[in-house]
Amino acid sequence: MTEKKNDIKETQDPAKTEASAEKQAKKEVPAEKQEKKGASAEKPKAKPKPKKNPRAKLFKSERMTIVAPAPHAKGKQSVPRIMYTVIIALLPAVAASIFFFGTRAMVTLMVAVFSAMVAEFACNKIMKTGVTIDDGSAILTGLLLAMTLPPTFPVAATALGAVIAIVFGKQVFGGLGANIFNPALIGRAFLQASFPVKITTWTLPAFASSSAYFDIATSKAVDTVSGATPLGLWKFEGIGTHLKPLLFGNIGGCIGETSALALLAGGIVLLILKYADWRIPLSYIGTVFLFSGALWLIDPSRYPDPLFMILSGGLILGAFFMATDMVTSPVTPLGTWIYGIGMGVMLVVIRLWGGLPEGVMYSILFMNGLVPLLNRWTRPKYFGEIQEESKKK
Amino acid sequence: MKLSTFKKGLHPEDYKYLSQDQAIETLPPPDDVYIPVQQHIGTPCEPLVKKGDRVKTGQIIADSSAYVSAPVHATISGTVKDISKYYHPLGMRETMIHIQRDGEEEWEYLEPIDDWKWTPKEKLLKTIRDAGIVGLGGATFPTHVKLAPPDDRAIDSFILNGVECEPYLTADDRLMVEEADKILLGMSIMMHILDVQKGYIGIENNKPGAIARMQKRVVELGYPFKMVPLKVKYPQGAEKMLIYSVLRRKVPCGKLPMDVGVVVNNVATAYAVAEAVTEAKPLIQRVITVTGDGVKQPKNLMARIGTPFKELFNVCGNVKDNVNRIFMGGPMMGMTQYHLESPVVKGSSGIVAVTGDLVEELTTFPCIRCGACVLACPMNLLPLRLSKFGQENMAGELEDYGVSNCIECGCCAFACPANIPLVQWIRVGKLRLREHQAKTAKEKA
Repeated sequence: MTEKKNDIKETQDPAKTEASAEKQAKKEVPAEKQEKKGASAEKPKAKPKPKKNPRAKLFKSERMTIVAPAPHAKGKQSVPRIMYTVIIALLPAVAASIFFFGTRAMVTLMVAVFSAMVAEFACNKIMKTGVTIDDGSAILTGLLLAMTLPPTFPVAATALGAVIAIVFGKQVFGGLGANIFNPALIGRAFLQASFPVKITTWTLPAFASSSAYFDIATSKAVDTVSGATPLGLWKFEGIGTHLKPLLFGNIGGCIGETSALALLAGGIVLLILKYADWRIPLSYIGTVFLFSGALWLIDPSRYPDPLFMILSGGLILGAFFMATDMVTSPVTPLGTWIYGIGMGVMLVVIRLWGGLPEGVMYSILFMNGLVPLLNRWTRPKYFGEIQEESKKK
Repeated sequence: MKLSTFKKGLHPEDYKYLSQDQAIETLPPPDDVYIPVQQHIGTPCEPLVKKGDRVKTGQIIADSSAYVSAPVHATISGTVKDISKYYHPLGMRETMIHIQRDGEEEWEYLEPIDDWKWTPKEKLLKTIRDAGIVGLGGATFPTHVKLAPPDDRAIDSFILNGVECEPYLTADDRLMVEEADKILLGMSIMMHILDVQKGYIGIENNKPGAIARMQKRVVELGYPFKMVPLKVKYPQGAEKMLIYSVLRRKVPCGKLPMDVGVVVNNVATAYAVAEAVTEAKPLIQRVITVTGDGVKQPKNLMARIGTPFKELFNVCGNVKDNVNRIFMGGPMMGMTQYHLESPVVKGSSGIVAVTGDLVEELTTFPCIRCGACVLACPMNLLPLRLSKFGQENMAGELEDYGVSNCIECGCCAFACPANIPLVQWIRVGKLRLREHQAKTAKEKA
């Protein structure tokens, strides 16, 4: 914003004006110099050519005001406020994961957040962009990345993932707001490719009981359960999971994806505050429900029921916290619907017919890549545009 | 009752309580006035007086032969001191006529009209033109042009704009409370000129006093006008939004309200029309709200056009020491003032002085594509894209995304969590698109 600081008060008394003319004139900052950014004008120490300034007579400066373009009022939202609110909304799920997986999960979370902040700081220094760790986005990326990792994931690998997420997920594009893909998921994708075994080694929560799982064929509780996720169990061993533990989080899985209830609590807060577009979770989860529900109705023995599909894996985490990432989701309402539906279809396809038990990450990353196009194709009609077209017809 | 409104937009804190209950105070004629020769949209006027001439109040001192133009009157009786460039509230230095008062107030009235109902419309239009009446809501488009639509446009509705959606301003509000009769008279004169039967009065619901008063007088005087209380939302006072709120008609892109059979006029304009037609008074004064938390006693003043702003502040106990921004008009679209010698012009609906709390210096963050601007834009544009294209000088994209539809209401910049000056960049974009179009037109020729 270009700002000028000028006087606003005319001295009434001519004698006083004479006496203080020189002093006041010194306060004058020549117009050309004022064009620069505001901060310098704040202390008008002035290197003036006071008497030569033709405006000095008009500006018997006593006080400075700001000259800036409208609007002169501002809403209360800010980028850090959004970021920190999302972090706070994640806290119930963080608390639930620490409750279920113990201090080991906390270590992973802290390492990821810390590494992300360090990486952000380093990038800021190297790219000379000014320190941006206080805007909260690096903390959020680290937190989200940790939530997608198994609790026992090696500390060094976690740190590496966070660095990759920040550097290659965000900073190489030019920092906050410029990235195409969700940075946390870039980090996770890198880790999945680099540590395929470690990332699928799950531990069960401290209180997990075998009664949570049942054999799909006989519907009896299974006694021995390997430390696998419900989706993995279903896919590779044909073992189902009861819905109640899925809801509360008493199951094997990533740190952040276990307790659907805690995630929902935070997610709904985001929707109410409008920090997440309600269309995204609705269209994403809705599509998964309808698509897998249709398949389940066709053949219940082959396909899992839709509620299992929704509550297992990282869908709730992904739909409420990752797909809704403002930077990597569309801004147009229609684009948002397409985005959500696309992710839902892709998720079901990967889960049911793909080689992996889980597809939230790839579905989101894939649709992230389409966002620029979606934004372009789904430009909303201007106010008054439709009428114009119908009139032509 | 569900109140009518338009889609999107937002509701900034309105601060109307500062001056809502202050009765209009008539300011005595000031000693010096600076009258810009152009105070309207259209062809600029040429000064008709010379330095040293004696002028009377109401005398035409600048005029133009062009159709889309409105004459300018002397607003005090006195001597023309100077005709030169002074500071104009819209930011540039403009030619102004400096008149110094010499005591006696002498009037020069317009040609009087006996009974407007039996006067030819051409004569009424001429009177309105001679009175120098322009849209007093701030747009300052000459009213006689607005009231004479081309024959192929069938006008069926007239909307009186008493919305005053900008925060802080209460000039129209007070005028409706105190001068309801004259406003209604002005409205019927304009409807008579347009030969329109259906009249609507749109007032936002945060002006209960004005709604009650206007309603009462409409009923008592037996006018067939319909009162339309509206939900409080900015920018409802914009013509296109108001027409949608009241009549559910959308003005097509690039078209005018008359294309959907509507003419909208501001309450202050209606008041000025009534004064001109029934009292033969040209437009020499207007109500201006002096308010903001930086003003000691906020007031609504009836001030002569050309009165320097500092005079207004003097009447209101002057500005506080910690004032940091002064702007003419509302905070959403107003122009910041850098000079209090700048005069009241026909389009000045208010002058607001605010202290630091409202507009502190804000850090700008990168756009995170949150879509807050998209949700706020009443014209359904994508401000984040437009501002980016403006920055990058992408003329083709600017055209594709409809930059010319932007009404510069400021909703996007208000809503932006990253504090990006979106409106400013969109204005840059408009300019660059125009430049590009001029260039391509030149190449073709």
